Amino acid sequence: MMTTQALPSALAAIVDDFQALSEPERLQLLLEFSEGLPELPDRLKDHPELLEQVVECQSPLFLTIETEKNDGGQDAAVRLFFKAPAEAPTTRGFAGVLHEGLDGLSAEEILSVPDDMPELLGLTRAITPLRMRGMTAMLGRIKRKVAATSGVRA
Amino acid sequence: MPYPVEQNEKFAAYAHPERLVSTEWLAAAIESGAVANGELVVVESDEDVLLYDTGHIPGAVKIDWHTDLNDEVTRDYVDGAAFAELAASKGISRDSTVVIYGDKSNWWAAYALWVFTLFGHEDVRLLDGGRDKWIAEGRELTKEKPAPARGNYPVVERDDAPIRAFKEDVLAHLGKPLIDVRSPEEYTGQRTHMPAYPEEGALRGGHIPTAASIPWARAAAADGTYRSREELEALYLGEAGLTEGDDVVAYCRIGERSSHTWFALKYLLGFDSVRNYDGSWTEWGNAVRVPIVKGAERGSFPVPAGV
Repeated sequence: MMTTQALPSALAAIVDDFQALSEPERLQLLLEFSEGLPELPDRLKDHPELLEQVVECQSPLFLTIETEKNDGGQDAAVRLFFKAPAEAPTTRGFAGVLHEGLDGLSAEEILSVPDDMPELLGLTRAITPLRMRGMTAMLGRIKRKVAATSGVRA
Repeated sequence: MPYPVEQNEKFAAYAHPERLVSTEWLAAAIESGAVANGELVVVESDEDVLLYDTGHIPGAVKIDWHTDLNDEVTRDYVDGAAFAELAASKGISRDSTVVIYGDKSNWWAAYALWVFTLFGHEDVRLLDGGRDKWIAEGRELTKEKPAPARGNYPVVERDDAPIRAFKEDVLAHLGKPLIDVRSPEEYTGQRTHMPAYPEEGALRGGHIPTAASIPWARAAAADGTYRSREELEALYLGEAGLTEGDDVVAYCRIGERSSHTWFALKYLLGFDSVRNYDGSWTEWGNAVRVPIVKGAERGSFPVPAGV
């Protein structure tokens, strides 16, 4: 059994929150994440071609990443952007979890997240394995894009 | 007691108008208190497991196609005891009038209705146009979850044979009409899963020999309602070549989209013998030594030797 120790702290906290809940409460929490997913900034809203679709998701989900350079000698922060319709709350909820858990981290931190992290949320039975695949695919796409942009090996 | 059937011109042309209700009709029924007092049970069934929770028709309960209707272990539907418990917990009794609606032109709602029919639930209807039409018309939604009084539902064994086909049934059926409701790319074998949907692991692409390709969504108009009887006849009698009295099997990938077509053939056009092959392409495309056809042609049966 994987533990949350290896996860970046914000993501580990989310996983702990999910694991502390009963199954119906976990669904409710996922719904709250779907409501909390930030809107795209205008510069991306007007340029859908800058986002990539994750086709493994049951509903349309588009994402992109940007890297913020900073001068302080610290690692550059990776910013995540997602777009999913309101009619797809499960997909939006997954995107919300990844946004809150990973946005602003360094490329290395994001690439250290195990590929099967979504399983830790304890949603597989309630959501069904089929629907869970979309979340794993979303994380995989983020990691591939981060690896390609940063030059850090996944 | 069955709730009165809706009368309108569009529905009157269908073979079984009592199987559909309109959004206006449902809104009036809710207004009259029929849902609140349990005379009418409204069920939402969506693809997305959380969609109901974002807002639903007032008084509606949720039934999830996967977590509620599928057996957790065997690839099958729940048994009589589990269905009776599910129905009772949602305020449904054996004689209740149930109206089902959902997202995506009622694709999953039709699937839930088909499962209700496996258990012989007598009065189960679809909301024509489903969730999207209700919302498009600006009708009321609520996040409030009802707590219905428990229904009284006996344990009824599923009767699969009249409306459900298994692989062996389809093999025996070859030579009689089949409707493939998947996308043209899945039919020809270019791809084994729906555009923009996850790969579900069929090893072969193509279709069952002689099946006509009528993608399910062609039975729905832009607002998600079923097309008129005339339009449906042009599609299934004209294009697919069905004739009255035919024994028909419909299939897709896992049996959900074909439930929508099953409903149209069975209740709107009035074919008595229509079965949904829920094993569908995920089973057929992986099964050993069953015949398949690749490409846009329907192909023939028996399959010519050496092909």
